[in-house]
Amino acid sequence: MADSADVQHGVEDQSKRDFLYLAAGAVGAVGVAAAVWPMINSLNPSADVLALASIDVDLSPIAVGQSITVTWRGKPVFIRHRTEEEIAEAQAVPLEDLIDIQSDDERVEQPQWLVMVGVCTHLGCIPLGQNPNDNKGEFGGWFCPCHGSHYDTSGRIRRGPAPRNLEVPAYTFIDETTITIG
Amino acid sequence: MAFQSNNALVRWIDHRLPIFTFMNAELNEYPTPRNLSYMWNFGSLAGIVLVIMIATGILMAMQYTPHIDHAFDSVERIMRDVNSGWLLRYVHMNGAHFFFIVVYLHILRGLYYGSYKAPREILWMIGVVILLLMMATAFMGYVLPWGQMSFWGATVITNLFSAIPFIGPDIVVWLWGGFSVENPTLNRFFALHYLLPFVIVGMVFLHLWALHRFGSNNPLGIDAKGPQDKIPFHPYYTTKDLFGLGVFLLVFCAVVFFAPNYMGHPENYIQANPLVTPPHIVPEWYFLPFYAILRAITFDIGIPFTGIVLIDAKLGGVIAMFGAIAVLFVLPWLDRSPVRSGRFRPVFKQFFWLLLVALVVLGYMGAMPAEQPYVAISQIATAYYFAYFIVILPLLSILERPKPLPASISEPVLKGGGSVAGATAKPMEKP
Amino acid sequence: MLKRLAASAIAAASIFVAAADTPAEAAKAVPVPDYDFSFDGVFGTFDQMAKQRGFQVYREVCAACHGVRFIAFRNLMALGYSEEEVKALAAEYMVEDGPDENGDMFTRPGIPADRIPSPYRNEQEARLLNNGAYPPDLSLMAKKRKGGPDYIKALLVGYGEPPADVELMPGMYWNDYFPGHQIAMPEILFDGSVTYADGTEATLEQMSLDLATFLMWTAEPSMDQRKQTGISVMLFLLVFTGLMYAVKRKVWADIH
Repeated sequence: MADSADVQHGVEDQSKRDFLYLAAGAVGAVGVAAAVWPMINSLNPSADVLALASIDVDLSPIAVGQSITVTWRGKPVFIRHRTEEEIAEAQAVPLEDLIDIQSDDERVEQPQWLVMVGVCTHLGCIPLGQNPNDNKGEFGGWFCPCHGSHYDTSGRIRRGPAPRNLEVPAYTFIDETTITIG
Repeated sequence: MAFQSNNALVRWIDHRLPIFTFMNAELNEYPTPRNLSYMWNFGSLAGIVLVIMIATGILMAMQYTPHIDHAFDSVERIMRDVNSGWLLRYVHMNGAHFFFIVVYLHILRGLYYGSYKAPREILWMIGVVILLLMMATAFMGYVLPWGQMSFWGATVITNLFSAIPFIGPDIVVWLWGGFSVENPTLNRFFALHYLLPFVIVGMVFLHLWALHRFGSNNPLGIDAKGPQDKIPFHPYYTTKDLFGLGVFLLVFCAVVFFAPNYMGHPENYIQANPLVTPPHIVPEWYFLPFYAILRAITFDIGIPFTGIVLIDAKLGGVIAMFGAIAVLFVLPWLDRSPVRSGRFRPVFKQFFWLLLVALVVLGYMGAMPAEQPYVAISQIATAYYFAYFIVILPLLSILERPKPLPASISEPVLKGGGSVAGATAKPMEKP
Repeated sequence: MLKRLAASAIAAASIFVAAADTPAEAAKAVPVPDYDFSFDGVFGTFDQMAKQRGFQVYREVCAACHGVRFIAFRNLMALGYSEEEVKALAAEYMVEDGPDENGDMFTRPGIPADRIPSPYRNEQEARLLNNGAYPPDLSLMAKKRKGGPDYIKALLVGYGEPPADVELMPGMYWNDYFPGHQIAMPEILFDGSVTYADGTEATLEQMSLDLATFLMWTAEPSMDQRKQTGISVMLFLLVFTGLMYAVKRKVWADIH
């Protein structure tokens, strides 16, 4: 009899201890997670970096047929003042010929201004084509020398290993000749 | 005892790399004296603080620029722009203070309970090496924010080495990588400040290895007579250490969140200026006793009546300061008393508390200007510090009559109530 | 008994060390009064309007000689200004940028990401234009001076006539709270020096209090967040420590 009372007591004791263990373990786990999160988050972009996440670009000095490269979020942004022929060529491409199907209209705000991130979608090299004497590839746009990706006059991938068209960043015209990127 | 597991993968790995057996033996079943007091919490606590320091330090190193033109600004950028950067910095900055608080208590516990005595001499000496590494790391870390105290602290401390006869000045130039504390100095201090904590980690493993050879000392200072004197580390000491961690974090976080600059110097929020020394430069508190010993040597040591100076005051101060640590290395051979614990050494006990008073006095004198009467008081306290180790302990080993030791660890625990049978059935069993 | 002696020595030393931060200066510096700030104590937070008023005092009075180089216009949103207000404010300042395609530096209107420009290009120019004195940058003033915001406020109200036996050096002014009492900065804040946008009466007391609040913010912009986080952390730790104590007692129950 005394034995069974002892056992009974032991079982109660056991469950109380299990509860305490569980509670302490749960609270401890929450604490560790709460302490680790700020550490991980410290590696995310800081306030001063985020403050430069959008830039204004004045387009007025860029003549027809010229390109400029500006830096945005540490990456080159290609801005090209396209010629009539380039626009016509880009618009004339049948969509079924494309690897990453996108019409020229979807890629520009105004047809004469092509704005895109100048980073090859294959492995991140900077394609050639910004200078008049650059190799512009077989489609008259840009050509990535690293692994031979050819982009057309709309910055769309036409041949080579790159899977997607050159990325168009979010930008808006704040007046006739100024855009805000980002 | 081989480790048993129901998990086939664990058994597979353990057969090839017995890491689970090892961890089970050293962290779970590891037999520990049953009578450890809360003074034994500070070892594991120091280990946890080291991990916190390394984690916050690595993350800050990813944001910090070790260049004299950018260091100060990059620290302010961490404080202002980096997500939770202020938290990382304040934890790291105050973590250094609390690291020393914890380690000093750990050392004082060792001094009082004779934890340095056979067979734990190497364990103790590795500990002294860890202390030296910590001091070097803390000193170089303090230079990195490139404030006024950083710069002038670095200048004064590196100049200590110029006291070395003949080659001193060349050594200082070599330390600096220039003709004053300059950009190369900051760069190398950053590299070393990043490196040394990992050396400390290595030494901590040696420290633990040596510890686990004979197990922890205990408040009675007597060896365990059998399994009834020991209990498994887990869950007894894991829970006790975690409770201690909670108490520690309460104090630590109160400072970090509500008084983060209390233990720092306002001067260090002024960018380093090599042309202006702050009116009163003081090292961080944890160096103050040693700084006081350095400044206590204001006299040349030479052959009496000949005027020949063997050791000038500057070199003497440096020797005394480094000697204050070096004497700890030979402590196990200075204190020959067969009794470990101060509890059973009535005379030793008095001298030990007087040593603590001397250390506190030295700490206070280190913050005072180098004037009278502070210098004289520092000299008395310094003399006592060295006398304690070099004269008093060796003499006490011979002269003191210790109180009788208990027969075993469990004896005084069981004395007065508590059924002997119940207590002896428990040891080394998991609840 | 020696043990007790040791304990009281430690307690006494901790008080002394706190008080004796810069004893060499202590001989000269006067203890600074403890003013009431909104951000005092564990639960104190910055008074938003006081920060704005302090910024107005800084902008209209101090900024002629002192910079706040760690503060960017975007940071002012923490004072309660909207993004548009900050953009407009930034555009009032000209900021140096460049080089342009000709290799020249040029100035352009400020954007929120720019730091607030300092009045002088460097320390040399500052000294040249101020009779050799260097008006320090104020961003960290509340942390780099003993007494912090209390010292700033005390200094601003501490101007007065020197005691009869003191002869001021040329170009110096008497200040009760400046270490050494002789300061190169003239008294510059008087009742009504600014007209507060929110209609608060611009007394010297008010302005110095507001400015000290603003400068505490420039020195420690994360203070509010720090204290809020701290309170949650302390509450959490109390729960965790209490639980661990219960667990520890439970585990050890059969040992004692």
